Amino acid sequence: MAVTDTDATERVEPEPLAAQDPSLSPVVDHGAVTTHSPVPKVVAHRAPETPADHVEREAARGVKLAKISRTGDRIFRSLATTSGLLIVLLVLFVGIFLLALALPSLQADQDSFLTSRNWTVSGNELRFGIAGLFWTTVLSAVLAMAMAVPVAVGVALCMTQYLHKRVSGPVSFVVDLLAAVPSIIFGLWGLTVLGPFLAPAAAWLISKLGWIPFFERNVDPKGSVFVASVVLAIMILPIVIAISRDVFAQTPRDHIEAALALGATRWEVIRTAVLPHGRSGVISASMLGLGRALGETIAVMIILTTPSAGSPFSPSIFAGGETFASKIANNAAEFDSPSKTGAYIAAGLVLFVVTFAVNAIARIIAERGVES
Amino acid sequence: MSASTADTPLAFRRPSGVRTIKNSLATIFVTVATLITIIPLAWVLTTVIIKGYRLLLSSTWWLESQRGITPRREGGGAYHAIVGTVEMALICAAIAVPLGVLGAIFLIEYGRGTKIARGVSFMVDILSGIPSIVAALFIYALFITIFGLGRSAIAVSCALVLLMLPVVLRSTEEMLKLVPDSLREASYALGVSKWKTIVKVVVPTAFGGIVTGVMLGLARVMGETAPLLILVSYAVGINFSPTTDTMGALPTMINAGRDQPPQMPGYERVWAAALTLIMIVMLLNVLARLIARFTTLKEK
Repeated sequence: MAVTDTDATERVEPEPLAAQDPSLSPVVDHGAVTTHSPVPKVVAHRAPETPADHVEREAARGVKLAKISRTGDRIFRSLATTSGLLIVLLVLFVGIFLLALALPSLQADQDSFLTSRNWTVSGNELRFGIAGLFWTTVLSAVLAMAMAVPVAVGVALCMTQYLHKRVSGPVSFVVDLLAAVPSIIFGLWGLTVLGPFLAPAAAWLISKLGWIPFFERNVDPKGSVFVASVVLAIMILPIVIAISRDVFAQTPRDHIEAALALGATRWEVIRTAVLPHGRSGVISASMLGLGRALGETIAVMIILTTPSAGSPFSPSIFAGGETFASKIANNAAEFDSPSKTGAYIAAGLVLFVVTFAVNAIARIIAERGVES
Repeated sequence: MSASTADTPLAFRRPSGVRTIKNSLATIFVTVATLITIIPLAWVLTTVIIKGYRLLLSSTWWLESQRGITPRREGGGAYHAIVGTVEMALICAAIAVPLGVLGAIFLIEYGRGTKIARGVSFMVDILSGIPSIVAALFIYALFITIFGLGRSAIAVSCALVLLMLPVVLRSTEEMLKLVPDSLREASYALGVSKWKTIVKVVVPTAFGGIVTGVMLGLARVMGETAPLLILVSYAVGINFSPTTDTMGALPTMINAGRDQPPQMPGYERVWAAALTLIMIVMLLNVLARLIARFTTLKEK
């Protein structure tokens, strides 16, 4: 075939006679162009016609569609589809492989995996559990979210409802740059600059509220969950801002103008039109931020003071600790035996499952919001 | 004001005191929130610049490695780490960019509105939320435990693919969405096949956006530390072979030296490495935004 790479309908030109009287035409397809043409010619629609083309057309008289080979299309389509499916497989594989490698160690675990705070993975006897890791991970991430979301909503409102476009452009540029700062640099900064800066505030909180276990004095405040949470909050700010900004910007103009027409102040416009419209978006953005905070590795690892083995559990935000991610990264050099590696992979699996759930919830909330 | 309303019914009334106060409080809140957001960036940047700029001024920093340099000694550079970081990111991009662009083409051009596309799109969201440490553990499980290979820079690149893929895919997807249907239809009307339409019309139109996505993706993976910790050892010397188990990289250079006391020369090198890393990442970001600004496709 001369025309190999097309899936457009090939229109077979009617013969001159047929064109004058369409009813005589053996061609079923009535092309609007040719039937109205007084002097119909064989017109090439795409490429200049080769004699071979013409011969073939003669042979194909009476056939509506020329047979077209679509190899190029088929290949390209399957390439694209494969890439799409590969992504699905990739995510499934992450779960499957982590589970497969964690299972032997989980079965050999002498302690209860979910409730134990032990982490003895070298030697013959495996005794490990994730209770401590889970607490520190969730505490730091939830604290970070609680700090970041109100600020992020404020910034997003400021950018969409208050600032002129000329000013909000640079602000959003700054937010994007904040998102670009590598986490190890946040970690370094958090430990050496922000930690000491926050120490007086931490000391004050401890002196006033230290009788509550949640605020009790524990480690050097520089390496506490509190500092880690503040750094995490800064790190998740950009993502929450970006998504909130987008949903706020999509508030229907009518709603805003209706509120203004009723005499609403700017804040009332926000409360009655912008916030209700953006609620699901903000919730979804917060969940995404939470997911980010749960999985953050190196910044948390640098900041948090690792408690010595066997130290008593403290629920305080001024305690040190280890999160799933920091535990794994801290011990990355020690993956020597399969059972030991399996224990860390089990921790990674829990982290994967938790972030999967949080992200899935975020996505579902966002979709509900779009539908309603 | 009530007297005048009799003859001019449309006269404005100011909002009551409580409402005005609430309105002002809201204004103050959003202003403070914006300042709170800007301060950390400025603070981090000034800290890193002040502590690290000195070493960056000498050519040694850009041309030498840390071989034979102990924390107590001055000298050496970050050449090995810069090249390592760039090399791993490029290998990662070589895998992630085609996959991401093709995946986006599938979502927009072939699968639009289908159940499969929704499933893929959902998984892309999940993938973009996967913590880097989990991606690293997955590659560790696959490459090292199951295939029995050693640690290598290639393994790092593969782990980074999982992190870069969703960035590239999403930005490509957004751009493809913006390509007007009239362009596609014009191409079909000329008898051009679908795949040629995509390759010659749709993708070139969206090219600027795709490049932006790739650069943002590169910036993201260059700053990642967790996969480096798990999948490759930090090399102080120059080793650019991606199949051996050691390679320098800026994040691991920072990580390796961060425990030193501040008076050591090695401590300054940590901050200089941090500044170098931030400069590369910021440069990519700024370039990406400039490209985005000057590409023709704009949202309506």
